[in-house]
Amino acid sequence: MAPGHSPCASCKLLRRRCIKDCIFAPYFPSNDPHKFAVVHKVFGASNVSKMLQGLPLHQREDAVNSLVYEANARTKDPVYGCVGEISHLQNQVSQLQMQLATTHAEILCIRMQQEPLAPTPTNGLVPVHPTHNNMLTTDRKVASNDISYSCLHNITNPNNQYFNFTSNGVIAYDDLKRESSSLWT
Amino acid sequence: MNRFHKLDKMTSTRCAVCKYFRRRCPPDCIFAPYFPNNDPQKFTCVHRFYGASNIGKMLEEMSVHLRADAVDSLYYEAKCRIQDPVYGCVGIISSLHQQIQIAQSQLAKAQAELSFLDANLAAAEPTPSHSEPLVQPNGAVDHGLDDPLNTWFY
Repeated sequence: MAPGHSPCASCKLLRRRCIKDCIFAPYFPSNDPHKFAVVHKVFGASNVSKMLQGLPLHQREDAVNSLVYEANARTKDPVYGCVGEISHLQNQVSQLQMQLATTHAEILCIRMQQEPLAPTPTNGLVPVHPTHNNMLTTDRKVASNDISYSCLHNITNPNNQYFNFTSNGVIAYDDLKRESSSLWT
Repeated sequence: MNRFHKLDKMTSTRCAVCKYFRRRCPPDCIFAPYFPNNDPQKFTCVHRFYGASNIGKMLEEMSVHLRADAVDSLYYEAKCRIQDPVYGCVGIISSLHQQIQIAQSQLAKAQAELSFLDANLAAAEPTPSHSEPLVQPNGAVDHGLDDPLNTWFY
């Protein structure tokens, strides 16, 4: 240990000499012993060291913070850890998408009631056409990452990158088309 | 012959963990139910980040009926960490929080638009009150269909 250099939290816990180039020292200061303790309990110092060694210097702090987050989540919920939180958030996203789809469907119905004749592009409505697959096209441009666009677009192009999750709450496109086309007759 | 037969039987029924460590797999091996020998990747993946010792301690500290879920969640987190060595599954959590924020904002806008349309629709509906009778240019009052003087109806 260099003179005047206090050991980092990891070397303190592991009761070893804190060398000048200690891999843990920049991220586990001695004034926060809990941070290393929780990471060590879940992952183990050796594994954390290997993980950090495999990363460039500028990414190590973020990696440590995410490991601390995961370790805390695992300590709080030993069975599911972060996965429990992911599941809960996925449910929230699904519910919001369902509410959004329902609200948009209601808006569409009201607009159709207000203008029951064949819609023209100027009034913001799009004619129901078998080849047209976005019933919510309006005058405003819809961004590709717009959730309201994607929640209906998902019907023809379901794409969930996490748990192969399909949103059960999204109104089926065919049902919506049938419902809206019945309003024309 | 019996000794070799016994050894062969032991090696063929070892779990993935004991196979990895090249040790005998006891009948009450804590890992065996969750790391079958036909899926060695599951253990190597989890072992890489948590270590067999830590996994064993975690499993020992929880009820038996929860252990399968715990192993599956550890496996999932380990796979996320392989895919994203910096953020692991925390990156997914962060992304989901963003999605929720966006969806909430869009929902608020859509609900505002719906309220506006509802209000417009209510305002556009004709009132049930009686309309005033039409007065013709010659000053006569036209009572419409109920007026027997309107002979052009008949």
